[in-house]
Amino acid sequence: MLDFMLGDFMVRATLAGVGVAVAAAPLGSFVVWRRMAYFGDATAHAAILGVALSLAFSMSIFVGAVVVALAMALLVSSLTGRGYAMDTLLGVLAHSALAFGLVAVSFLSGIRIDLMSYLFGDILAVSREDLAVIWGGAALVVALIVWRWSALLTATLNEDLAHASGVDPRREQLILTLALAITVAVAIKVVGVLLIAAMLIIPAAAARPLARTPESMALIAAAIGVLAAIVGLRGSYLLDTPSGPTIVCAAAIAFAATSLFRRRGA
Amino acid sequence: MSLVTVENLTVGYGGKAVVRHVDLRVDPGEIVTIVGPNGSGKTSLLRAVIGALKPTEGRIRSKPGLRVGYVPQRLHIDPTLPITVERFLRLPGGATRDACRNALEQAGAPDLLQSQMSGLSGGQFQRVLLARALMNQPELLLLDEATQGLDQPGSAAFYRRIEAVRAETGCAVLMISHELHVVMSASDRVICLNGHVCCEGTPAVVASAPEYRALFGTGTGGALALYRHDHDHDHDHGRATEAAE
Repeated sequence: MLDFMLGDFMVRATLAGVGVAVAAAPLGSFVVWRRMAYFGDATAHAAILGVALSLAFSMSIFVGAVVVALAMALLVSSLTGRGYAMDTLLGVLAHSALAFGLVAVSFLSGIRIDLMSYLFGDILAVSREDLAVIWGGAALVVALIVWRWSALLTATLNEDLAHASGVDPRREQLILTLALAITVAVAIKVVGVLLIAAMLIIPAAAARPLARTPESMALIAAAIGVLAAIVGLRGSYLLDTPSGPTIVCAAAIAFAATSLFRRRGA
Repeated sequence: MSLVTVENLTVGYGGKAVVRHVDLRVDPGEIVTIVGPNGSGKTSLLRAVIGALKPTEGRIRSKPGLRVGYVPQRLHIDPTLPITVERFLRLPGGATRDACRNALEQAGAPDLLQSQMSGLSGGQFQRVLLARALMNQPELLLLDEATQGLDQPGSAAFYRRIEAVRAETGCAVLMISHELHVVMSASDRVICLNGHVCCEGTPAVVASAPEYRALFGTGTGGALALYRHDHDHDHDHGRATEAAE
């Protein structure tokens, strides 16, 4: 039965979308709370360089993307506070990484590469192996966040408060960075590097007006992300539109809806 | 023994020392207040004590297993982060709801358990921060300008609350303040900081010290009037008292 179901590309695509949403939404909550949206963007854009390197050295794209995304995140962390404003630094690094990645890909003329599929995702082409990587990575991210939840939250509220409570904010930042790199790597196939940040931020932002505690915000964000993945895929099938962007559109509509709810309610 | 002993401490940012060669000691049950002008290194000193800032020189020794409660100068909670007072108090450990209630009561802010942090007034917010610092029955309470943003009656009430907490629990308090006149009456010992320790002693001693007057000028006339000025005693200005330890 399972074998039969996984044989269907729509089922595989839906499972892939759900997997990414489950990991991205809780992580995205932290990205929103800590105002790391551009940070997420930079990490995601750097991943295209990872893709190019993976193809050049015939490595797994997942590994290449994780390594380069992580390197980018660490580079940003170490360069902050050295004379450049965070947004300038991220603007320089994110777009440079994207540009270098695109140039690097062009050198790989020997291999036929559909660049668009890495920029905007190719969820309908998700294989069983891809699915295993996506769910494995998503499970790892969720496990990391659940394990460190309280410490992450304390460090997010205030670094000095974290120190006084015996939590090292730098370590928590590192864990968040690692989770971000993994999420980026598993999301490339689903929404592509250009729209990963959307899957992080939009469900979390949409969940905000409905939540009273951080935990409920993360859970509602996950629910909205999953719903967006399912509805978006269905929509792209019916309307014959690109899948990744359609999923992001569905999430954006959810955001608009909950924003109206906030205006009305409370 | 002392709860915290700071010896010859130098801390700074990026190679620039903000606090130089400071000695400081807090004993059980005493209220010690650090006063000093802006940029005098008060906050850096306190951050070093909680371990957020590594000393470039000297060292900080704490009593083994010391329980510390910390009230930060300012806590900005991003409006995108929904959090109730109860959830805030329970971080990062798994405290019980009763413990949260008790701490809120001690801090003079009962009935706030289910409120959103973003909906609190300035005074309520400070009391919740105090409650959080009291959650683990601290032996040492550290407060960094905890009354910023409160009006004068508000901050006076806050400091009376600190005194009450000390009386109730016997915890020591090390705090930073710029509201000299309010704080000094509540303090056992005052340390005047300006990169280094200018002078220290009982509130009355510090208030009449020439180093203190040089730093705070005549603007503190009102504050000085609160104290009886006995000039019939001798005291050591500067770090001599500490250095002798």
